[in-house]
Amino acid sequence: MPVKCAICDGSAILKRPKTGDALCKNCFYYAFEEEVHKTIIDARLFTHGETVAIGASGGKDSTVLAYVMKELNDRYNYGLDLVLLSVDEGITGYRDDSLETVKRNQMQYDLPLKIVSYEELYGWTMDAIVQQIGLKNNCTFCGVFRRQALDRGAMMLKVNKIVTGHNADDIAETVVMNVLRGDIGRLRRCTAITTGAEGSLPRCKPFKYTYEKEIVMYAYFKKLDYFSTECIYSPNAYRGFARAYIKDVEKIRPSAIIDIIHSGESLSVKTTVKMPVQGNCERCGYISSNAICKACVLLEGLNRGLPRLGIGKTHKERRKIEELSKEGNVNPPQSGAAERQPTSIQTPVLAMESLSLDRRKPDVSKLDF
Amino acid sequence: MALRICLEFSGGAELLFNKTKKHEVTLPVCEKDWTIGSLLPWMRETMLKERPELFMQGNTVRPGILVLINDSDWELMGELDYSIKENDRIIFISTLHGG
Repeated sequence: MPVKCAICDGSAILKRPKTGDALCKNCFYYAFEEEVHKTIIDARLFTHGETVAIGASGGKDSTVLAYVMKELNDRYNYGLDLVLLSVDEGITGYRDDSLETVKRNQMQYDLPLKIVSYEELYGWTMDAIVQQIGLKNNCTFCGVFRRQALDRGAMMLKVNKIVTGHNADDIAETVVMNVLRGDIGRLRRCTAITTGAEGSLPRCKPFKYTYEKEIVMYAYFKKLDYFSTECIYSPNAYRGFARAYIKDVEKIRPSAIIDIIHSGESLSVKTTVKMPVQGNCERCGYISSNAICKACVLLEGLNRGLPRLGIGKTHKERRKIEELSKEGNVNPPQSGAAERQPTSIQTPVLAMESLSLDRRKPDVSKLDF
Repeated sequence: MALRICLEFSGGAELLFNKTKKHEVTLPVCEKDWTIGSLLPWMRETMLKERPELFMQGNTVRPGILVLINDSDWELMGELDYSIKENDRIIFISTLHGG
């Protein structure tokens, strides 16, 4: 073995993307876990005695997150009650298999597990939704429903917080996607380590600064049991593009991932930019920037046999609901909703002009390189 | 002399290789030493059934696929220049699949 560990002189097994250091297996485990711990402590993510739900899909990120959260909770006495929370979208041949992985994780890590299904929450499985909508906009349904499903499951469990396995690569990818879409509202929010604190349950990302490469290597060397098959319904092409782009720039300069996150964190949005106003859905009470939340609109469409109702621009959607409400049954959105400007209406050009970079010296001490 | 090596695929990379995680292969006699750089095109020609662009980009693996040689990161082993030896175990792990 030609390369020595930068810390202990043992045989190196991995080159860290963040630092370029070569580390042996044990020094890598230590560095990986300590960085997550530092992220948790620096951001004061948890308070002693809290119950925390780990969003668990059976995939690599959430499997490693469950393992590391349990490890750190014991090692540093966070005093947290940890539970695994999974969403069953009802996708035969995909989610049923990955849920088996979560059930094994439940045994392996000795953590309670709660599974909430689209079927019990919405009356529709993804398999049934795809039969209605086809393979084109199905991911819209799945994404909108999953976000709420995790929150509702967490509320049933009466937890204080949700942690998710989003890693540094995911966040960099989301920054790039939001720039490309001119989605300023999301661009501003997407690098926050904790989101949704007002009104809904706080969600945190302890892996915010953790590279995907290290998560996969950690899972490999620890022989953690995870599930890796692409969803059988068409993958999100736009995200796939951003993903390939991030991996390409990482190959050229590995720190690019942390640098993109840093750029996202340092952006300040001009006060003249109209932001969507967060309110609550008139129907289900869930947090929403429109009078009726996207999930309720999508569900209304499904239940009326008009599955395309919630697909497309928000203003068209509102018109469709108004037309439907003339026939009765649906509450029309309140007039106040018309003043709220959804981000999707902004043109990309306007959105770019309204961005300005915070050019102060970056505070690198906040990042654990 | 022909080289016997073991190739393993996981994290979704196995889907491109007949959905099989472990392949014992014999590399034919070659004038020059076998390297990862010559192994990859050989794999593309002889083992990949479809969509080679999901495995390779240019002359190397697609970014986002991790490579381990005998349980060490190939980035420590010279990447494409590594000279393959008898009984080497080379693992390809895709990170491009959902987490």
